[in-house]
Amino acid sequence: MTEPLLHTKGLVKRFGGVVATNHVDLQVERGHLHALIGPNGAGKSTLIGQLSGEMAPDAGRIHFDGHDVTGLHVHRRARLGLARSFQITSIFKTFSVLANVTLAVQAHQGHSFRFWRPALGDTALTGPALSALERVGLADRARDPASALSHGERRQLELAMALAGDPVMLLLDEPMAGMGPDDGLRMVELLASLKGERTILLVEHDMDAVFQLADRISVLVYGAVIASGTPDAIRADEQVRQAYLGEDR
Amino acid sequence: MAPELRPRLILALLLVVALALPPLLGALGQGFYVGFAARVLIMALAALSLDLVMGLGGMVSFGHAAFLGVGAYVVGIGSWHVFDGSPLPFGLPGSENALIVWPLAMVFSGLTALGIGAISLRTSGVHFIMITLAFAQMLFYLAGGLKTYGGDDGITLYNRSELLGLKLSDPQTFYYLCLGILVVALAALLRLRASRFGMVLRGVRDNERRMRALGFPTYRYKLAAFVLSGMVCGLAGALLANASEFASPALMSWQKSGELLVMVVLGGMGSLVGPVLGAVALMALEEGLADLTQHWQVILGPLLLVLALSARRGLWGLLRGRRDHD
Ligand SMILES: Nc1ncnc2c1ncn2[C@@H]1O[C@H](COP(=O)(O)OP(=O)(O)OP(=O)(O)O)[C@@H](O)[C@H]1O
Ligand SMILES: [Mg+2]
Repeated sequence: MTEPLLHTKGLVKRFGGVVATNHVDLQVERGHLHALIGPNGAGKSTLIGQLSGEMAPDAGRIHFDGHDVTGLHVHRRARLGLARSFQITSIFKTFSVLANVTLAVQAHQGHSFRFWRPALGDTALTGPALSALERVGLADRARDPASALSHGERRQLELAMALAGDPVMLLLDEPMAGMGPDDGLRMVELLASLKGERTILLVEHDMDAVFQLADRISVLVYGAVIASGTPDAIRADEQVRQAYLGEDR
Repeated sequence: MAPELRPRLILALLLVVALALPPLLGALGQGFYVGFAARVLIMALAALSLDLVMGLGGMVSFGHAAFLGVGAYVVGIGSWHVFDGSPLPFGLPGSENALIVWPLAMVFSGLTALGIGAISLRTSGVHFIMITLAFAQMLFYLAGGLKTYGGDDGITLYNRSELLGLKLSDPQTFYYLCLGILVVALAALLRLRASRFGMVLRGVRDNERRMRALGFPTYRYKLAAFVLSGMVCGLAGALLANASEFASPALMSWQKSGELLVMVVLGGMGSLVGPVLGAVALMALEEGLADLTQHWQVILGPLLLVLALSARRGLWGLLRGRRDHD
């Protein structure tokens, strides 16, 4: 068996008395779409935050693509090919849609101490940016201000920005959050098309989407992984049914 | 992305007015104002430098007068040693050569900005404002303590700098030199605004967390912008010392820093052109109102309030019309 692309060992994160991440050992195989599910407040976003480097774990290690990245800054991890999207849309509102994605491309083209050439006139930047926009279906909005996008379109832009740097792995925190059924369906199609092409860790509440898309599913409850396996195995898991699936969603 | 016509026309018109101003004032028998106009251009350069960090990078510096002061003191100290004949540290002689002293002013203010920025940029928001203010106040008192160089009274320049045989003591020559420097600085920074570096700065202003997640080490870009801004402001300080033939701690006072902030906001933050207009408007208003009444500040305050409320994108926003997106 080959080494997983991403794996954590004994990851712990506490907020005061709350244990938001409780000794998490997670393994994501290269090329897999790995879903992370769990009730509200289970610690999914907190886990993503530690993987991306925005939060430091209190204990444990994180390995990515052969590196121990536990102490690495956010921007260094991003350069290694670990891209994330945010649960709450996080874009540059005073920029055009194209400029948002251009900036994401620029992050991966060496340093930005370049003071003279206009960035938006540089096809080395706008070329990849436009193809990322095409990929998510936003190419026709490229020249519009990002603030003019609908909620669903902003979610698409968020994903385009994550894709633009040609990442090895995507950490997607509820890419369909707050989307209507039509937009949601398109996002599922998009994720399906990305499957196999990139390794993806997907946090999502929509169980239909999760069971349709995932190669592996891990279930997080009160910060701890209570089960991890194929969709069929998770569906059959008695503990999961009791703790989570049976309850509400 | 067709370049917009209207802002370009307005800029061209403003340049023509600026070029025609000295002979115009001369014809009206108001030649005295040429010196004042040069000071306006210099403060416009300082406000422009502040907009680089504040408007583009979202770093609200309340201590930019410090760089103005450092630049002015470098010129003042250079000139003092020429007059006095005593050497500077390391046995260096004083100098009034602009090609030596002005770049030195930029180097020293840049180094000051590096020191202040390296510490204050570890914070943001209100803390950043307070720390930049605190540093500027420290330099203010430090300058006042330089007994050799006049303490609180500062240094009077016996000569203006010498620049390639130009007669800088001639108000017109000096005015056109300041205009040239301002135009070059504005053009260069407008260019920078659209560059990769400029995009990073504006991205940091909008959403620094996202910038880091995209892979940008934001601190070093902010620091670079802060140093560059300090250098431009230091050049303005060097020019200001020449304009008033004087360098004193008052240049570093928090009121001066506040004045620069008002110029930027009044003119239109982040537009680079706006702060230049803001400097012109603020100084012209002060001058005009001071002629009318000694209680001019009572009028100026409300007037600024009305302007700030009615034009949220500043004077340049009013003039140029529709806002552009990149
Ligand atoms: N910065 C913080 N400070 C204190 N407590 C926090 C912080 N961030 C998260 N928590 C707590 O940690 C726990 C896990 O939160 P987290 O946002 O990771 O959950 P989640 O699984 O992403 O939930 P949701 O499905 O609602 O997005 C919650 O109890 C939350 O209140
Ligand atoms: Mg969450």
